[in-house]
Amino acid sequence: MDNDVARPPSRRLALLRVGLVLNSAAAILLGIPLVRYFVTPGKKRVMHEDHAWVTLGAIDQFPEGETRLATFRNPFRRPWDGATSDIPCWVRHLSGEKFQVFAINCAHLGCPVHWFPQSALFLCPCHGGAYYQDGSLAAGPPPRGLFEYRYKVEHGELAILAGRLPTLAESA
Amino acid sequence: MRRLRALWEWMDRRLQLAAPIVDMARHRVPRSTASWAYVFGSVTLVLFLLQIVTGVCLALTYVPSAAGAWSSLQTLNHDVPAGWFLRAMHFWGSTFMVGVLLVHMAQVFLFGAFKYPRELTWMFGVILLLCTLGMAFTGQVLRFDQDAYWGIGIGASIMGRIPLIGASLVHLLLGGPIIAGDTLSRFFALHVFIVPGLLLTFAALHVWMVLKLGINEWPMPGRVVTRERYVREYEELTRKDGIPFVPDAFQKDLTAAGLVVLAVIACAAFFGPYGPSGPPDPTIVRANPRPDFFFLWLYAALSLLPRDLETPLLLTAPVIGLALIFLLPLYSGVGEKHWSRRPLSVLGVLFVGVVFAALTWYAEKTPWSPHMDAWSGDPLPARYLKSRSPLERQGALVLQGKQCRNCHALDGAGGQRGPALDEVATRLTEDELIRQVLQGGGNMPAYAKNLSPPEVTALVAFLETLRGEHLAPARDPAQLELRKATAASPAQP
Repeated sequence: MDNDVARPPSRRLALLRVGLVLNSAAAILLGIPLVRYFVTPGKKRVMHEDHAWVTLGAIDQFPEGETRLATFRNPFRRPWDGATSDIPCWVRHLSGEKFQVFAINCAHLGCPVHWFPQSALFLCPCHGGAYYQDGSLAAGPPPRGLFEYRYKVEHGELAILAGRLPTLAESA
Repeated sequence: MRRLRALWEWMDRRLQLAAPIVDMARHRVPRSTASWAYVFGSVTLVLFLLQIVTGVCLALTYVPSAAGAWSSLQTLNHDVPAGWFLRAMHFWGSTFMVGVLLVHMAQVFLFGAFKYPRELTWMFGVILLLCTLGMAFTGQVLRFDQDAYWGIGIGASIMGRIPLIGASLVHLLLGGPIIAGDTLSRFFALHVFIVPGLLLTFAALHVWMVLKLGINEWPMPGRVVTRERYVREYEELTRKDGIPFVPDAFQKDLTAAGLVVLAVIACAAFFGPYGPSGPPDPTIVRANPRPDFFFLWLYAALSLLPRDLETPLLLTAPVIGLALIFLLPLYSGVGEKHWSRRPLSVLGVLFVGVVFAALTWYAEKTPWSPHMDAWSGDPLPARYLKSRSPLERQGALVLQGKQCRNCHALDGAGGQRGPALDEVATRLTEDELIRQVLQGGGNMPAYAKNLSPPEVTALVAFLETLRGEHLAPARDPAQLELRKATAASPAQP
């Protein structure tokens, strides 16, 4: 009845090897796309394509010498992003076509900074970081000044290069 | 009754589970372990099971999408019958779970239960602690409100400080370049599948080892753990002075679990669910993000670290601290178990407890945050304006208008980022006041570019009047010396 035990070991366990090889192959074939799927957001190539020019609207919305809040739509928004697809930033109109566009995120830990025109300071509600009107560090724990977006003025509209969360690893 | 019994016997002939369960329940443990000090592990397990039950219930209504999560929580709070109670149970259950887990850890540490042969039980316990904190953070993100949105930003900003791979890690955490729909989906998968899977696996192994290696006996001063003798001594102890785990030791676990679950129910019913706060709309910039209770200490620590040390400390301290805790049984695996012979360990627990409590208390007060509305909301005390010159009153206007109060308190109202100004003139002379206002320094911005000379004159004139009750104004010691010298020798030609 049970002849398996009597067979020589090499033939008795031959299928074991086949099984191991087949399953290893399956694991590799499945593993490669799985890992790729998982790490895609962090890959260098993807990361270089993660910002695009977006418009903040006509430049006459931003009076010269003042700093105003503007919002833009995330250039890579998805339909299910909801309220998170609109992102704010601070626009400082120096003169003519000269601007400074600051990220909303404090350089310390990313909390939203508030602009106070009376004292000409940006203040962070989280740990009290303070910045001057040109975005340079005034006081508090941030290791640097505010993050600035690259901007251009085309056909009377102000556009910025945006799309990622500015951190110390990658500014805006 | 007889039919039920017959049914059970029919099932168990196929299941074959009754015998191992009875064996497990009746296994002998040292008499000393039937103690109230030993109930915290099983209570944590019960709270974890409670979290699974309430979590699954919440998932029936919750919408894991950035567009729908916040409103689905509103629906749970207000529309679904008992939805608010389930949310409250899940929140309070998590709070209790973290709390009881920490007590369990402190007890195990103080009783030397991590020593041979229970090293791996401790290490898996540390993994369980990390998973539980991971659940706490990801759970806070699933609440997808204002605090959650900016909380993820804080997490990403910390990750962005890691050299070389920081940017990649931020993108991995967020599931893309910025906080958006993919971020919430990612945290949902973590909170509902990945971390709970790890928790179940490691909790099962943790309990398995407790069953196989036996519950740590009550330590005695002088009873030293050695690799050669311990297992034999433990077996002898359970044989000579052992009791069956169920019901003798189990009764206290059961009672404690019942009490704690009742406490969770009471808190949930009385305090209700937590949040959600405002919607996760980043364009509402007047947000005031605060982390949940378990992370307040970290929030406070992040305000206290000196700027140049912050990144190095953030990147190394957690790694070193965790390594110390995780590898504890490897460098302290034998020897005395009793706390009275391990004074450093007792001090360590006290130190960590006091530091956490102090930081949490500090974070509740957030003295480092400016009060954004103080300049327009907190009036100047009238007595500070009584019989003051027009210039001084003008200075008071400058003080309010330039928002000095956002960081400086007067009469107890205003920010606490800078010192209170009620007695500022007793600390700084006129020259020092001018210098401080113009150049800033010591955490104060410089106002030279933002104040006209007349404004500075008026402001300093007002500050000069702030001397408290009958206190002498600050004097420049150099001026004092000069005056003394001229007074002492009036007859100089």
